[in-house]
Formats: sequence, C-alpha cells, structure tokens
Amino acid sequence: MSDLNNIFDVGARALSAQMVRLNTTASNIANAGSVSSTPEGAFRPLRPVFETVYAEAAGNSDLATTDVAGIVALDRAPTKQFRPGDPNADADGFVYQSTVNVDEEMVEMTDASRQYQNILDSLSTLRTLMSRTLSMGQ
Amino acid sequence: MITSMREDLGLHADALMLRERRGAVLASNIANAATPHFKARDFDFAAELARATGAGGGPSLAVAGAGHIAATSLEAGPQGLGYRVPVSPSLDGNTVEIGVEQVQFAENTTDYQASLTLLNRRISGLMTAIRGE
Repeated sequence: MSDLNNIFDVGARALSAQMVRLNTTASNIANAGSVSSTPEGAFRPLRPVFETVYAEAAGNSDLATTDVAGIVALDRAPTKQFRPGDPNADADGFVYQSTVNVDEEMVEMTDASRQYQNILDSLSTLRTLMSRTLSMGQ
Repeated sequence: MITSMREDLGLHADALMLRERRGAVLASNIANAATPHFKARDFDFAAELARATGAGGGPSLAVAGAGHIAATSLEAGPQGLGYRVPVSPSLDGNTVEIGVEQVQFAENTTDYQASLTLLNRRISGLMTAIRGE
C-alpha cells in the first residue's frame, strides 16, 4: 500500500486527505438542520481520522504523508424537539435534530482549506526548483 | 578527467542534493500538520554536508585489504534525522508548528537557489574554459 517515492506522492495523498476532510465538513454543514423521527436515524457529525504514512523504500524514508484511516461519526445525542406539525414527528410529536455545531464546522473547514493551500504551495515551490535544476548548465 | 570535474563541482553538488532532501523532509512535515501524534522531523544541514563531503566524523568503513573500496561517507539516508522540539506542545501530540516549518522551508528554498546559481556559474566557467574563447 505504501507507495511513496517522491514529493509528488506526498503532496497528492496529503491533498486528498485534506479534501476528504473538506467533504465531510460540507456534509456536516449541509445536514446541520436535518431532523429524523427516531434518535437512531438522526444525522451525526462525521470526522475523518488522519494517520501518518512513512515511505518504506530504503532510500526514501525521509518522506511521510497523511492518509485517511477512516471516517467516524461523532457520538453526540441528537436534540429532541417538540414539533407536532412536522411530517417527520413521531407519535408523540417529537423530532430528533442532528447535533452539528456550525461554528465548529466552520473552524474545521477554514483549517482544512489553509492546510490544503500550504501543501499546494510547498509542492509548487519544490516543482519550480526541480524545473530550474533541469535547465542547469544552459 | 570526469572525476576531476565532479570534484570541481563537489561541494555545491552535495549541497544541492542535501537541500533537496531537506525540502522533502520539510514538505512531509507540512503535509502532516493535522495528523495526530506526528512528530516533526528535520536534520542538521551543516553536519550532513560535512558527512557527505567526508570532512566531518560520522560512520565510515575501515579499509583492511587491497581489494576494499574506501567508503568515506555512507549514502544519504534516514541517518541524521532528528525530531523538532515544539515551542508550545499541542493536545493531539502533533509537534508540527506551521510557522516554524514555513520559515525553514523558505530558508531552504533560498539556499537551494543559491546552490543552484553557484553550480550554474561553475558550469559556465568550465564551459568557457573548454571553448577557450
């Protein structure tokens, strides 16, 4: 699995990990107000779990990148609200709303997009250096 | 003749390779800025350069027979990599401080360009000597 040969592999995998993080945040924000008729059916905020992957090749063990090990749903109890007119309401008139904290998701989204930019910037700097090295001696 | 040309470029070529390696290490740190328990890594450029050029200490192989090849320095590898001491430890055990990494990365990039420029000058000097103009 670990196929980490150069800095582009590092960048590609770290960028896709950050992209997964952005996608889960977008899903969370999209489901911020969703309700369900059962506590089990209510949406729970998703979070990716990052893990470090080191290069296995002998000469390249300086390299390390990020992978998503899995996505977990946070174990937060949904809030119970009394909305008898809601079509999703149960027999007693209650709905169960997802406990997404929009402020928290915004912070998560900002952090993920900053880190995406950081990785992309460092990658493009190294790429420029490489292309200058290619034209060495001309 | 080739070997003497390689020796002429010697220090800058080694410096360039080490700068590239350090760029990869720092980029790996930046890529892992959000990974829990990741420890930021770096190496001492001056010590590694001394080792690569055979000027400093470091491990070397003894030559005990006529057929042995002298190995003044081992190939640049994982040796020499150390862990950065964070200014303020974080809750998730990650020791990457993005500001520190970015400054180091910028410094390394500038030094890489300096090495590259010096190498280019050295090559164009050699070319002038070869053409004899």
